[in-house]
Amino acid sequence: MAKVNELTEKEKEALSLYKNIWVFVEQTGGVAHSVSFELLTKARELADKLGCQVGAVSIGKSVSHLAKEAFRFGADMFYIIEEDVFKDYRTEPFRDALSGLVRKYKPEIFLIGATTQGRDLSGTVATELRTGLTADTTKQEIDPETGNLMMTRPTFGGSLMATIICPKDRPQMSTVRPGVFKAVPVEQPKEGEIIREKTNITEDQIVKKILKKVVSSEGNINLGFYDVIVAGGKGMGNKENFNMIKELAALLGGTWAGSRKAVELGYVPQSRQVGQTGQTVHSKLYIACGISGAIQHLVGMQTSDIIISINVDEEAPVFDVSTYCIVEDAIKFVPRLISELKEQKLTPVKNEQ
Amino acid sequence: MHALVFIKQVPDASQVRVNYETGTLIREGVPAILNPFEAHAVEEAVRLREEYGGKVTVITMGPPQATEALKECLSRGADKAYLLSDRVFAGSDTLATSYALYEGARKVIELEGEVDLFFAGKQAIDGDTAQTGPGIATRFDIPLVTYLMKLDNVDFDKKQALATRLTEFGQETLQVPLPAFFTVEETLNELSHAPLPWLIKAAKTKIEMLSSENVNLDREQCGLRHSPTKVKKAFTPEKRQRGETLTGSVEELSQKTSHILIPFLKKD
Ligand SMILES: Cc1cc2nc3c(=O)[nH]c(=O)nc-3n(C[C@H](O)[C@H](O)[C@H](O)COP(=O)(O)OP(=O)(O)OC[C@H]3O[C@@H](n4cnc5c(N)ncnc54)[C@H](O)[C@@H]3O)c2cc1C
Ligand SMILES: Nc1ncnc2c1ncn2[C@@H]1O[C@H](COP(=O)(O)O)[C@@H](O)[C@H]1O
Repeated sequence: MAKVNELTEKEKEALSLYKNIWVFVEQTGGVAHSVSFELLTKARELADKLGCQVGAVSIGKSVSHLAKEAFRFGADMFYIIEEDVFKDYRTEPFRDALSGLVRKYKPEIFLIGATTQGRDLSGTVATELRTGLTADTTKQEIDPETGNLMMTRPTFGGSLMATIICPKDRPQMSTVRPGVFKAVPVEQPKEGEIIREKTNITEDQIVKKILKKVVSSEGNINLGFYDVIVAGGKGMGNKENFNMIKELAALLGGTWAGSRKAVELGYVPQSRQVGQTGQTVHSKLYIACGISGAIQHLVGMQTSDIIISINVDEEAPVFDVSTYCIVEDAIKFVPRLISELKEQKLTPVKNEQ
Repeated sequence: MHALVFIKQVPDASQVRVNYETGTLIREGVPAILNPFEAHAVEEAVRLREEYGGKVTVITMGPPQATEALKECLSRGADKAYLLSDRVFAGSDTLATSYALYEGARKVIELEGEVDLFFAGKQAIDGDTAQTGPGIATRFDIPLVTYLMKLDNVDFDKKQALATRLTEFGQETLQVPLPAFFTVEETLNELSHAPLPWLIKAAKTKIEMLSSENVNLDREQCGLRHSPTKVKKAFTPEKRQRGETLTGSVEELSQKTSHILIPFLKKD
């Protein structure tokens, strides 16, 4: 019986046509989404292992200025389609334009942010290209034996990790959530190559029309930006008590967030939810107040460096991932901690004595 | 009006536990449920039927046990339920799954008539890929609206609807021609309790069976063998160790904690 993973000569030849790693530079109104730079940093690392180049791809009405930023984060090439029909993101024209680019230039690996836009786009592009797509990966490595991309992702709400490969089809596509990788500018950015392409997509071919856009007052808070996150759960009891969460976060130069139950109860907007159906964070410090630590919450925060948890229940699962466990009433403890910290701020020398 | 809803039966992910010794999931005793997003998809379709007349059909690809999830949809008001079940589908990834469901849906259209609105959940809670819906929509080449939060002004004469979807920055409202494909958020609607007559009707409704015998399938696109992605390995995530438990009165605890936090204090 032939091994499933063994390639025939013909298959090898077909695969050898594909080279380089691409990153989709997602933008809204000309502003790039931070995840694009996180992915470029990762792509650079993988490309150096494979000995290939990194291509950044952007589609929009006016996106030329993103080339420089892409080069700064390690791109060698910037592929660009700039046309009026791409002013706003719409699935079908973006799908067709992007699939066209992939067919023409044949990247071996294609990384896209797992944002609402990226998830909408990647599924349609992968289907159009009839290739594999691995969603929400948290780890990307090159298999030294085959050169294949090994994509690791959580499943079953984070209870299990699976490493996925796409051995016979190209490009090997995957989406990555914002905040999973860090964006690091390269030391000596190149003046890369800019490759312009055109489509013949016209507005009257696009059946979907955007009538209204509402930017929510909360906007799109990207929790991944913050080194410090103070999060509250159902245990905070009410919305007013979140003022102490906010105050503590501000004192520590961070931001505030919540569990899904806190969101459901209206204590916290959905845009600040941490976890499986919210955002993933890798902060330096994560303080969990009145959060039980359900697996769906833990997958979103358990890779933070220091985790401090405050919970009245000694057995709360959140303690199993915590660096410091505080079995106490958060409503009593947090205000005390705040005044303690304010004092520290006023007399910083006190502690060094 | 004819709405077709793609539904999936999933293990209740919140009850799945891990055996850290063997690195496997403990699935015994974990109930199989209707993927939560699909309950809202069915709810929306049934609401439209109540308003405009017509019918709601549901379909799933899965093992025979998935009939349970189909029955739940019937008792939520769906009129017809199809189970697409065949050995050739075993081990399908999302590309192969969307292919199978596309062919299954084409068969349903042949039997039940043209579809105006296709619905799927935003994502399945076991795999969490959110790819199956976009995959089917692409195969039908019809407009896709993901993260649906609101559907209004559904006009079956003009064949269009207004769909509000979630975006990275807030929301956007789209005018979409029908037929269109929607993947839905839980916030789309509130689930209602089915009236007794629906439950009685549901109990009497037979589940229709589809397989490679009555659906036109290209076997070269089905199952594990023809899935581009393969699971190389599965393992349990590294478990963090429980750290130090701080002790003392609230005052002592906050003092101890504030010392840990000094390096993080915002300087201004
Ligand atoms: C498909 C799916 C996806 C999900 N996605 C997410 C997600 O993205 N993010 C998420 O967070 N959850 C998610 N959940 C929900 C998750 O399973 C939990 O229900 C949720 O995380 C619980 O939130 P909580 O810890 O705030 O509330 P609870 O579990 O109710 O815990 C409250 C905790 O507060 C403690 N407490 C009470 N009073 C006090 C006090 N005064 N001081 C200190 N402690 C106190 C209690 O001991 C308890 O441990 C998901 C669930 C499903 C099924
Ligand atoms: N086997 C299946 N049968 C029917 N519908 C499915 C199946 N798998 C996925 N879906 C639909 O596609 C959605 C997204 O699933 P997933 O891509 O697995 O996250 C689900 O919420 C369902 O509506």
